[in-house]
Amino acid sequence: MDWKRFSFIAFIIAILFGTVVLVGYTSEPWILIVGSMMATTIAVATPLTLGALSGVFCERSGVVNIGIEGMMLASAFFGWLGSIYMNTIFGFGAMPSLLVGVLIAILTGGLFALLHAALSITYKVDQIIGGTVINILAVGITGFLNRQLFFDKNSIFQGNVPHAPGVLPVIVIPVKQGIEWICSLTGGTEGCYVTANAFGKVFEQKPIAIFAVIFVFVANYVIFNTRWGLRMRAVGEHPKAADTVGINVIRTRYLNVVIGGFFAGLAGAYFTLESVPSFEPLMTNGRGFISLAAMIFGNWTPIGAWAASLVFGASQALQINLQFFRTSIPPEWSFFQNSYAVGQIPYILTMIILTGIIGKTSAPAADGQPYEK
Amino acid sequence: MADNTKIVLEAKGITKQFPGVLANDNVNFNLREGEVHALLGENGAGKSTLMNILYGLYKADGGEVIVNGQPISLHSPKDAIVHGIGMVHQHFMLIPVFSVTENIMLGSETDHRKNPTEAPLAKLDREEVSRLVQALSDKYGFNIDPSSLVGDLPVGVQQRVEIVKALYRHASILILDEPTAVLTPQEADDLFNIIRELKKQGVSIIFITHKLREVLAIADRITVMRGGKVVGSAIPSESDEHQLATMMVGREVILKVDKEPAKPTDVVLSVKNLRVLDQRDLVAIKDLSLEVKAGEILGVAGVQGNGQTELAEALTGLRKIESGTVTLSGEDVTHSTPRHITNTGLAHIPEDRQKHGLVLGYTVADNMILCDYFKFPFSQNAMLQQKAIDVNARKLIEDFDVRTPSPYVSASKLSGGNQQKVIVARELSRQVDLVIASQPTRGLDVGSIEYIHNQIVKMRDRGVAVLVISAELDEILALSDRIAVMYRGEVVAVVESKTVSKEQLGLWMAGGKPD
Ligand SMILES: Nc1ncnc2c1ncn2[C@@H]1O[C@H](COP(=O)(O)OP(=O)(O)O)[C@@H](O)[C@H]1O
Ligand SMILES: [Mg+2]
Repeated sequence: MDWKRFSFIAFIIAILFGTVVLVGYTSEPWILIVGSMMATTIAVATPLTLGALSGVFCERSGVVNIGIEGMMLASAFFGWLGSIYMNTIFGFGAMPSLLVGVLIAILTGGLFALLHAALSITYKVDQIIGGTVINILAVGITGFLNRQLFFDKNSIFQGNVPHAPGVLPVIVIPVKQGIEWICSLTGGTEGCYVTANAFGKVFEQKPIAIFAVIFVFVANYVIFNTRWGLRMRAVGEHPKAADTVGINVIRTRYLNVVIGGFFAGLAGAYFTLESVPSFEPLMTNGRGFISLAAMIFGNWTPIGAWAASLVFGASQALQINLQFFRTSIPPEWSFFQNSYAVGQIPYILTMIILTGIIGKTSAPAADGQPYEK
Repeated sequence: MADNTKIVLEAKGITKQFPGVLANDNVNFNLREGEVHALLGENGAGKSTLMNILYGLYKADGGEVIVNGQPISLHSPKDAIVHGIGMVHQHFMLIPVFSVTENIMLGSETDHRKNPTEAPLAKLDREEVSRLVQALSDKYGFNIDPSSLVGDLPVGVQQRVEIVKALYRHASILILDEPTAVLTPQEADDLFNIIRELKKQGVSIIFITHKLREVLAIADRITVMRGGKVVGSAIPSESDEHQLATMMVGREVILKVDKEPAKPTDVVLSVKNLRVLDQRDLVAIKDLSLEVKAGEILGVAGVQGNGQTELAEALTGLRKIESGTVTLSGEDVTHSTPRHITNTGLAHIPEDRQKHGLVLGYTVADNMILCDYFKFPFSQNAMLQQKAIDVNARKLIEDFDVRTPSPYVSASKLSGGNQQKVIVARELSRQVDLVIASQPTRGLDVGSIEYIHNQIVKMRDRGVAVLVISAELDEILALSDRIAVMYRGEVVAVVESKTVSKEQLGLWMAGGKPD
């Protein structure tokens, strides 16, 4: 990631945050608005971040994966289904059910990734076609099972959508208390406590969101500083060169694609086990594709991809936070009252960013090419 | 080298079948300790295949490999590395976006440690490895900076990185597959010095090439392969180029081009005060003028990178001309499109045959109509005429002796020499006034070189003007009637080829002014 790219990201995020501050500063202190925007941005960027990590692992090892969208959708469904089964059929508590759900989601992602790996690595099917197969398969399976299980009188749930065990709880990292403590030491102006409140929000996140951020840095370390990462990048750049130094190209690719699948699976879990306690057909709504855009914009690096995910997250946060200030939006800004129009922003940003205004990105040299000796 | 020196590596009865080709047919080969054993053979003789088997990259269908008297089983290059075999491949196995250090440590990331680990998350110890690489580089005078990106290095240095890569793995047997194919003559001399140094340190070397002179210069022993078989062996002191060439090609070859004196007539190509910029917008050609007449071959000599590439591109319409004029058969084509120039009567054999000469994924037949696909008889009513294309392909394959299993295999499947023949066939079978041939025989074997040279002379005798650009002085001297020497984007001398010596040309190429 070069500076140009990071400044572009910072610039867009500043504009998005600034817009909300402008609309809302009469009713709330600006720092609180910024704090809540940051909190929402990080939270809603979670599936994008994880999706982008999924893409990074696949493509760095040389396999193009446009099936992330489908992997997310399938994982969202099966994770959710798993948690409901645990909860209503086997009678587990809410928390264990949710955790098992997350586990099932991750495994579902891995399983779909394994299918993609087999198609593209072993059977050398065109990887765009392979990814499309995954996407269509996911829409089909989830749509079909969703209807069969929950809207069919003869199903195990007798045609009702059962009560879900809820969503994963917020974990409070005690930053707020920390700042408040500093406030108390330094006399404690009101501004200080407002700041504590604002930044405290940023660190009150749900577990998948927190893990996503941790994984960004772990992945960055693994990819650029460990044996695993060196080999994975070698296989994605020049598989034959890797082969000549005794690296098993096929195995390396399989493993990394499946790991990528695990990330996509966790992203899926975000939708039904962390964000809302329900499943709807097509609920991933293109996030898998946006995360590919983030991966490309981030130049196939975890940290870059995360930064790009935050741009998309910020535009979604804009939409959400504007709802709070609907009434204070001045009439000449009525555009911002139309949530459909605002809802388009992430997609428009994707298009702008992908036109490549911000310099060239360079994909791994052997990305998308099957390996033949 | 005495015959009783220990044999460190032996291949016995190696056989390898590829779809449609028996690449190695019961091959026997051995390497003695501390010798340079040259493996000589034309493109496609099966040299690389044999080496890839010794290195564990391909699995042999039959035969065995013996290292230091012990038969070994080779499942992957790892096994070969363990037994002290290192290989520098014909196409380098380096990752351009990795640093030198990363390229070298790849696959043996922790081997420098006292307790090497196979733990996947082992931290890369770049500093330590780069220190070891530096030490190896210093020991052999390689002059490598371990922290530079491999993609930024010149080919000669990349090759040394490959050698260090093998030495880092404690290779005592080093296979060099066509190491000089990509080098300039100076770089090749440097490599020979390195090889001598390695020999002194006790490394045994297999040196693969199809260049006869090199073999005689560096080898202790020579084995010749043809058509997948070992056809003979020789000792340099008891052998000469002619004998080796005959063994290699399987028939008498004429190493000198046989040609009548030229009978030049009208000026076909006239270039006046040409000025052209290169990729980075620096002046590549300044104020260059030259003329080529019908019925003569003008050779452009020069050390690579003195504007020859840009000259060919400018004349063929592939590069913008800043100022000056280019006239072809009386028509001003200075700012014409490549297609217009082609139609005006230009045949172009480009420098990079794979990038600019062929569409590698297309079939041989389709590649043979790339200049004329939109014309009768290949195209009628906007439809390609498969019949005419087929007839054309079969005729050219026959006339130009292209060795291909069928007109419908993709061009990428052919050997370099045959790929070049496809281009030559396409270009020289057209009705043209001018031929521009850039590095027409780079990387080709003796048989193909002979063939292509003869075709070029034939064009001349038919009254076509020919411009040959080549970095090989021998080629320039053999083909040209007149020679223009380029230095820093200018023609510094134009001479009759009969009246000039190689030494004189070399001086001009290095920037010496003619008096
Ligand atoms: N991987 C491969 N698949 C199919 N045919 C191959 C392969 N590698 C080499 N060949 C064929 O085997 C023959 C010998 O090739 P090679 O060993 O590369 O020759 P050399 O190195 O002597 O030029 C050629 O006809 C070539 O086309
Ligand atoms: Mg070869």
